[in-house]
Amino acid sequence: MSTETPTTPTPPAVDPRLLVRKEGVAGYLDEFGRKLRSGELGSLPVVVGLIIIAAIFQWKTGSFLNADNLTNITKWIAGPGLIATGVVFVLLLGEIDLSLGSVAGVTAALSSVLAVRQGVNEWLAVLIGILAAIAMGAVHGFFFSKIGVPALLVTLAGMLAWSGLQDFTIGKLGTVNNLNDGVIANLDTYFMGDGDIVWAWLAAILAIALFAAGQLIDARRRAAAGLPARPIAEIALRTGVLAVVVLVVAYMLNQDRGLPLPLVLFVGIVAIGDFVLRRTGYGRQIFAVGGGIEAARRAGINVAWVRTSVYMISAGLAGFGGLFIASQQGSADKSLGGGNVLMSAIAAAVIGGTSLFGGRGKLWSALLGILVLQSITTGLDMVHAQQAIQYMITGAVLLAAVVLDSISRRTQKSSGRG
Amino acid sequence: MTGAPVLALRGVSKRFGAVQALTDVQLEVHAGEVVALVGDNGAGKSTLVKTIAGVHPIDEGVIEWEGRPVTIGRPHDAQALGIATVYQDLALCDNLDVVGNLFLGRELKRFGTLDEVAMEKRARELLDTLSIRIPSVRIPIAGLSGGQRQVVAIARALVGDPKIVILDEPTAALGVEQTAQVLDLVERLRERGLGVILISHNMADVKAVADTVAVLRLGRNNGSFEVATTSHEEIISAITGATDNAVTRRQARIAEDAK
Repeated sequence: MSTETPTTPTPPAVDPRLLVRKEGVAGYLDEFGRKLRSGELGSLPVVVGLIIIAAIFQWKTGSFLNADNLTNITKWIAGPGLIATGVVFVLLLGEIDLSLGSVAGVTAALSSVLAVRQGVNEWLAVLIGILAAIAMGAVHGFFFSKIGVPALLVTLAGMLAWSGLQDFTIGKLGTVNNLNDGVIANLDTYFMGDGDIVWAWLAAILAIALFAAGQLIDARRRAAAGLPARPIAEIALRTGVLAVVVLVVAYMLNQDRGLPLPLVLFVGIVAIGDFVLRRTGYGRQIFAVGGGIEAARRAGINVAWVRTSVYMISAGLAGFGGLFIASQQGSADKSLGGGNVLMSAIAAAVIGGTSLFGGRGKLWSALLGILVLQSITTGLDMVHAQQAIQYMITGAVLLAAVVLDSISRRTQKSSGRG
Repeated sequence: MTGAPVLALRGVSKRFGAVQALTDVQLEVHAGEVVALVGDNGAGKSTLVKTIAGVHPIDEGVIEWEGRPVTIGRPHDAQALGIATVYQDLALCDNLDVVGNLFLGRELKRFGTLDEVAMEKRARELLDTLSIRIPSVRIPIAGLSGGQRQVVAIARALVGDPKIVILDEPTAALGVEQTAQVLDLVERLRERGLGVILISHNMADVKAVADTVAVLRLGRNNGSFEVATTSHEEIISAITGATDNAVTRRQARIAEDAK
């Protein structure tokens, strides 16, 4: 800090107490260490947790890291992951949505019944199902933001009512099998280009190129505007890490059946949602409402609309997730979206690092969190553990994540960054 | 003060049910002038400010903006005219960084997405011209001290290029050095040719930065003083109504009879 920095003359208004980051990779590591010490853990605990989980199960089973198993995990996370993505949106507002499991169930039931029993075009049936989910979210949003009923109760009512509607829609027969090779069936089973390896490589390279280009353009604009910009070395480092991860995943997928459609849709939706949250005015409004309703209102933000629209988004995502779950289990039934589906989705969002108190979190935490949960479930299945054990371990992981979050928040407060 | 006032209130009254909150209040604010609005609790300072800010529309009287009468029916009208208000509860989003808060509700856009670079650049320029010291414009508000939050809130009011800034008790919860920083900032607003309405209970602050002191008592004007030529005691007695006693009333009566 006190060392000379001859290249950049410090502007007069800079507070002498503030930390200036050193140039280059050394400065990056320096800041990384400082952030860790002050409790800004980011997604580091989840990533470390994932590595530990993978290592343990690989050691126990010897086949956890096989290509076919990893491919299955990437397929299975899409359904619950989309519900978790919806949960993250609601958590960013500092609210909760207990109805998402039922919404997923109704959507799957409605689309399946329309397509299979009523003979409606399956694309249309899927569209109607998702629109119905969005409408259910609009109902929750209306009662919450316009009438002022606490979100917990509105969505609790929704959870009960929609699961009743799900029962009613399915009818006495109880189960609606997916159409053979239909739209819903293919959500889970289709591989891009029927398993052509080009697709996985193409997607990987596209992701790396987009990331690098975005970072470079941003750095150049900042430099041109005279603002501190990310040094090239750091961009290279970040891109390198991403490239290794993405290319390894692509390689593993290609060892098996190629790039699964559910992975593409899930990651694509998370990426688009993340862009909306971080880079658009609407996303900024969501964070503002989550961080301070009064401030948001005085800034002219239509708080009621932001809340309602977020409930519509989360319900729409949950509905889409319900279709993936139906696709994976081969049918829509009365219990789809019931049981632990909702609680797992909330757990995934929190494990991934989204705060329950609003305004803090990333959409990617849904992906990371659901990866952790699915890895545990799959691994325990492979060692033939009982379901009871699975629940207990999942509970312990959730508790650990929340404890870590609380401790890191306390550290952040004491280092002035709460 | 020379020239026409930017903002003038003439005979403004405001009732809430049975309560006459403001009666026939006059107030003038010129460009480059700091008007301190003082008065005891319940004197109507907050109500007056809220009528200007558009929170409570006035019942009677005229509000003039640059010489022509205007209606301020809602906060948006006041903002559109160029009146920015910094309330006592600062209304900042703790989770957003300084840039995010400065531009909240009027983000700069580029191809439909947030133009963070332009916003950060303008934020730095704004903070530099006001000599505001903040550790980083990318730090969340939660990481700032009370004084820093106050100056960020004031800077936020300036993003829309207002002509009048209303500050509601800006130094109420601040320490000695932070109060000095905020007072410095008020002076810089005056140098930039803005009209400032400063609500304060602290006479030392008022004497330090204000040009004019407007005293409210029980919802009415109770004198307007040039700070330079008025003593502390005179202002205090106007606030407390110590001048309003049998002796002064007798003198006033004699003066009127003499006319």
